[in-house]
Amino acid sequence: MIENISIYELLTVSTILFFIGLYGFLTRKNLIAMMMAIELLLNAAVINFVVINKYLFPDMLQGVYFSIFIIAVAAAETALAISIIINLYRLKTSVAITETETMKY
Amino acid sequence: MNISNFLVMRHEIILLVLILFMLVLEVFTTTKNKKKLINVAIGLFLIHTIIGFFPQETASLFGGSFKTYGLVHFFKNVLNFGVLIILLQSADWLRDKVAAYNKIPEFFILLFSSLLGMYFMISSGDFLMFYIGLELSTLPLIALIAYNSHDQRATEAGIKMILSAALASAISLFGISMLYATGGSLYFESIATSLHESNLAIFGMVLFFAGIGFKISLAPFHFWTADVYEGAPTQITSYLSVISKGAAVFILMIILFTVLPVLNETWKIVVYIVAIATMFTGNLFALRQQNMKRFLAYSSIAQAGFMLMGIINADELGISTVVFFVLIYIFSNLGAFGVVQAIINQTGKENMEDYKGLYRTNPMLSLVLLLALFSLAGIPPIAGFFGKFFLYTAAAQKGYFILVFIAVVNVTISLYYYLLPVRAMFLETSENPIPYFKSKNMMRAGLLLTVVGVLILGLYSPLYGYIVELSKNIINPDLLTYLAK
Repeated sequence: MIENISIYELLTVSTILFFIGLYGFLTRKNLIAMMMAIELLLNAAVINFVVINKYLFPDMLQGVYFSIFIIAVAAAETALAISIIINLYRLKTSVAITETETMKY
Repeated sequence: MNISNFLVMRHEIILLVLILFMLVLEVFTTTKNKKKLINVAIGLFLIHTIIGFFPQETASLFGGSFKTYGLVHFFKNVLNFGVLIILLQSADWLRDKVAAYNKIPEFFILLFSSLLGMYFMISSGDFLMFYIGLELSTLPLIALIAYNSHDQRATEAGIKMILSAALASAISLFGISMLYATGGSLYFESIATSLHESNLAIFGMVLFFAGIGFKISLAPFHFWTADVYEGAPTQITSYLSVISKGAAVFILMIILFTVLPVLNETWKIVVYIVAIATMFTGNLFALRQQNMKRFLAYSSIAQAGFMLMGIINADELGISTVVFFVLIYIFSNLGAFGVVQAIINQTGKENMEDYKGLYRTNPMLSLVLLLALFSLAGIPPIAGFFGKFFLYTAAAQKGYFILVFIAVVNVTISLYYYLLPVRAMFLETSENPIPYFKSKNMMRAGLLLTVVGVLILGLYSPLYGYIVELSKNIINPDLLTYLAK
């Protein structure tokens, strides 16, 4: 817990972070930038878990444990995404989202 | 704690041993002998499937994180059976096409890891286990989608899948954090009793629903489906459309029924709207598809809409009908995908036009496809009809007659497009039809199993009685009376 800061401020931060991530995901044209936006979304969830655990249910550590798992899984997810993006770069020498438009409708 | 307690996780332990065994085998086999691994892996998985049928008592592990009971056990066996059929159907493809790139063992390791994730997901007892199971089932699957790394379409499908999967899991996590805030715990049992209807809880439920709705490809979250199904190797497409979707529907149903019964007035509205939207999008987009894989992708979206009709029942009848429908759906969809992939392996053709005159050259294959499509459409003597019929009764029992009416309208639309390939195969002729070819034994066995399943499942009523028996007492009766107060 942080003194003089209530749960409302912290949850506001995480919600703003979440929507920045969502906006970034929908507007970026570069695949790497989209992955960065996904990281923002996941971090918003992590902050939520830790804050809710610390402020509302401090007697058990469920939220904190959950956040550690989220960070680990997010790393695996990013590794897989980067490997596929590198494969696309090998085939097309570009990481723009416009390269992934051969299948439509 | 006695070590034998862990035998509760029999399915998971055996599959994990299988994965590790494949890893070791891959190190110690020379490149020349890698083809032999296909038979070894299929044989071992067959043994795993058979062992899975031994009975299992209700039990839980890790303080309630991992639960297993009759229905979960049965559903794991259903998934095993589906994967076995997929393995049989993909043996030829691995032997003829993949062997040149020297990555046969990876196929099995990744596929089994994904199945392991589904086991953990459907027997989860808290949101942490659920999340880990979901990710463990999704990530290896994405690697499999981008498996043909030299193929640009497969890479594109992989990118689309991982971006949407990551977005969906992030959104669903945000929702889970809100359910945690209102429920005070991550365990399903404690959330069920301590959750109260509030705006935060409803928002959390909606976000959670969106995340898992992506996996089932429900209507507003279905945009990845057709592209990924088209780009992925056909074997993986069939895995995506039956196993992955079936497991996700099952856990969505269990969570909605047992964890969030407090919000049932709200989630019924959500399920109602999404079901209608899903049925219409799936059916209307399927009308204009020429590519068989895209066509089956939209058909599988429409089928997911039908599954939601059982979920809206929110009772034991709902559980049994959905499980029965998923079981039939696995057989009929695997039959359709099996024929499509047999033809793709042999000739590389995947458009509906290429199927013209197929009955004259390959009568058996076209009959299998005919049965599978009739079952998907729900034509009476075949299993698919009974699956749909029970879903209608489940929705009608709770008075959702308008929903049933809309579903019937959708079945009529779907009949039209399911008959398009049938017309192409049986009635039309073509200058250069697909020439006659003989499938290998494994592929034949895989197709035969689906045909037997489609023909027998609907008529063999004790099976449905068995599922009904299993679905009793899953919804805690004490909880319902507690909520009624």
